[in-house]
Amino acid sequence: MDYQYTLLIILLPLLSFLIIGLGERWLSHKVAGLIGTTSLGITAILSAYTAISYFTADRVEGIYQTLVPYNFNWLPFHDMGLHFDMGIMLDPISVMMLVIITSVSLMVHIYSFGYMHGERGFQRFYAFLSLFTMSMLGLVVATNLFQMYMFWELVGVCSYLLIGFYYTEKAAIAASKKAFIVTRFADLAFLIGILVFGYYTQSFAFDFTQSAVYLNGAAPAVTVEYSKTLAGAAFILPTALFLMFIGGAGKSAMFPLHIWLPDAMEGPTPVSALIHAATMVVAGVIQVARLFPLWVEYAPETLHIVAWIGAATAFYAAAVACVQSDIKRVLAFSTISQIAFMIVALGVCMPGHEHGVIDNHASLGYMASLFHLFTHAMFKATLFLGAGCIIHAVHSNEMSHMGGLRKYMPITHITFLIATLAIAGIPPFSGFFSKDEILAAAFHYSPIMGWVMTGIAAMTAFYMFRVYYGIFWGKENEHYKEHTPHEQPLVMTLPLIFLTLFTFVGGWAIPGSFGSLISATGEAYHIHLDPQIAITSVVIAVCAIALATWMYARPTQPVADRLQKNFSSLHTWAYHRFYIDEVYQFVTHRIIFAYVSRPIAWFDRHCVDGFFDFLAWGANRLGYSIRGLQSGSVQRYAFVFFLGTLLLLILMIL
Amino acid sequence: MDSHNIAFVILAVIVSCMSIMTVATKSIMRSATYLFFTLLGTAGLYFLLGYTFLGAVQIMVYAGGIIVLYVFAILLTRGVKDKLSENSVAKIVSAGLLSLVGLGVFLFLFMTYQFKAQVLTAPTESILSMDTIGTALLSADEKGYLLPFEVVSLLLLACIVGGLVIARKR
Amino acid sequence: MIHLEYFLIVSAIMMAAGIFGFLTRRSTLAILLSIELMLNATDLNFAVFNRLLFPDGNEGFFFALFSIAISAAESAIAIAIMINIYRHIKDISVEKLQQMKW
Repeated sequence: MDYQYTLLIILLPLLSFLIIGLGERWLSHKVAGLIGTTSLGITAILSAYTAISYFTADRVEGIYQTLVPYNFNWLPFHDMGLHFDMGIMLDPISVMMLVIITSVSLMVHIYSFGYMHGERGFQRFYAFLSLFTMSMLGLVVATNLFQMYMFWELVGVCSYLLIGFYYTEKAAIAASKKAFIVTRFADLAFLIGILVFGYYTQSFAFDFTQSAVYLNGAAPAVTVEYSKTLAGAAFILPTALFLMFIGGAGKSAMFPLHIWLPDAMEGPTPVSALIHAATMVVAGVIQVARLFPLWVEYAPETLHIVAWIGAATAFYAAAVACVQSDIKRVLAFSTISQIAFMIVALGVCMPGHEHGVIDNHASLGYMASLFHLFTHAMFKATLFLGAGCIIHAVHSNEMSHMGGLRKYMPITHITFLIATLAIAGIPPFSGFFSKDEILAAAFHYSPIMGWVMTGIAAMTAFYMFRVYYGIFWGKENEHYKEHTPHEQPLVMTLPLIFLTLFTFVGGWAIPGSFGSLISATGEAYHIHLDPQIAITSVVIAVCAIALATWMYARPTQPVADRLQKNFSSLHTWAYHRFYIDEVYQFVTHRIIFAYVSRPIAWFDRHCVDGFFDFLAWGANRLGYSIRGLQSGSVQRYAFVFFLGTLLLLILMIL
Repeated sequence: MDSHNIAFVILAVIVSCMSIMTVATKSIMRSATYLFFTLLGTAGLYFLLGYTFLGAVQIMVYAGGIIVLYVFAILLTRGVKDKLSENSVAKIVSAGLLSLVGLGVFLFLFMTYQFKAQVLTAPTESILSMDTIGTALLSADEKGYLLPFEVVSLLLLACIVGGLVIARKR
Repeated sequence: MIHLEYFLIVSAIMMAAGIFGFLTRRSTLAILLSIELMLNATDLNFAVFNRLLFPDGNEGFFFALFSIAISAAESAIAIAIMINIYRHIKDISVEKLQQMKW
């Protein structure tokens, strides 16, 4: 079984990007959309086929083989050692990500037919969507760090383009710039990490255990004995890994690099669904998961720091999400919080009992994290697309402009409710299973972490139901009389239903459970629910939902209002996201701009530019002063010429 | 004093005087005429050297061709009066000074440099036969001049075409 | 008894006259005549040097021959240009041609 066709999975979106992007002017909206959607559909089918054939193939010694159908030695640095490759690497993570990305992206493509209907720049939108999908697919199938980094940057560029899609609006421009700059700063750390890593280990390949199977002569030019080089680089590895994690934290919006994500909501809602559900923000998780063998063997202490960063982010984002009034913002913060869950799950992994051995039980979090990534992609896409439907119906992002929508939009209501239940962790919806595994992993690491995460899970349930009640229950907004909201067309609701189906069955319908497909060692891991943790988390989630119901389900919200009054300062702080943005603003504008940038700018303008201005001015003056010599009078030229000749002659005589 | 010396003195005087007259006269027509005599005198000097073919070419091309061309051109441009006196005195003085100093330097050099030269003894006949010249012009060996010959012919052709193109009426 | 120097003196006088003419004449045709004078002086030098210094070779002779041909070509082109200029500005004084510097 060879996987040559996997190249198409990357090339097709690229092709559709090129066709739509170049032919933007000549393609009608419908044709452009159809091209994008068709190519994505084929890609999705190919990905699904890849996944089926990969996971049904025989295991070798109990693990799924890592396959490399393509490997192109791109930039060799010298004969022995460092080289940049481009290729495709299939292992459980990348295959799973292929399925997630293509299916969510396909849904977003279909959904955008309705959502972006008649918008200016419709073709451009589809072109960028294709490019975005391509870059993310390239990122997950990367065979080495450098290829990952390249596609990583492409993802950043695409997010910039898509967030700034409405480029005539100031807020969109600012948001896209912010996203780009913040992630760029993080990427700088990633790059430094890559360089440090490459310098010490002499390789960028992900094939740490030398167990990958290279198909069709795709073998790399130089193989490095990782076990030796890694042992030699053990001292520097934690630093390199942490630097790379900073890059991942930028993309995955970990505190304090999260500030771009809420603002990224300025982009069209389908883009938000794509960015937050399947693509950009999970890049950090993917990166840590890819490097997981190194983390857990050589830098477990640093890994736990990462876990605490994740926990802090999760708590912060959940707290902020509780008071936001813009539904997309709530979803954005919930995304940050959920991604942080995944990071925590990765972070609490521990090496096995013997040093240097990855143990499935100790590294339960690895499986849990990717499981949550999968379920989160589905229910968060549902939530965002549902939010898009709502925004489309009431033409506002503010919760105060909504309420009582359940009668008007039944399909959106049901799908949104199921996704909300999933994110809250109520069985039998998918979110319950993955979150339960994360909590189990956290408790295994330390009870404190476990209880913290349980509390945050409860907060998740609370704020999600607050949003749910705020949108679909409560008293109807008076605007509805003049403009009645209505259910969205089929092209928008169908993706919702499809994704909801996944959300519904994703937790238990996978044959042999998720752990049998993906686990830290690669061997099948049979998920067994820890009844104590499961019951605790469900009970707490139900309590949180009940609280939310009590506070927000009624037409008026006396309790919430009273709380807001009594803890007004806390509420204001949380509403303003604890003023993190303002801190950044202060640091950049007041300190960096004023005391660093401005003197440098002055120096540049007056000294550097001044010097060159002087040169230009001097040349100009010189030209003015000697231009009289070029009189055009032939006889004067001849006179000078003869005089010169004569003088030379006399000089030679003397 | 044999006849050769007498002939040389006469020719030298003619050439020197005529060349000075060429640049000193006010009328451009006269200037062309004096130049004609200068060229003829030079041809005489070539004969004296024994280069009869060169002398003949000088007369035919220079005296017969170029001077006629100049005369036509002068007539076509209606014989514009070229008055030396209209120039500023400073210009004439500086030009004269320059050429006189130049002349002085040349003469000084010629007189002080000890040329290991033969003294011209009068040849009784042409030194170079037409046969030698023709063979040299059309041979490609060490002493041959085929390449310059062809290049010059090409140049002349280009000049004919160029002259026609430049001077034709548009 | 004709020495080499005598010929050189004649050609030097011709050369000096040519230079003087070039620097002072106003008509461009007259300037061209001066150029012919200078060329003629060099031709004479070539011939004389060949004849009296290196009588075994013929290089100077042929150089003078080609020089005559080239000066013929040069004056043909120059005269064509002068006539063309005359058609345009009805004058061939060298002062009037200063705008050709652009």
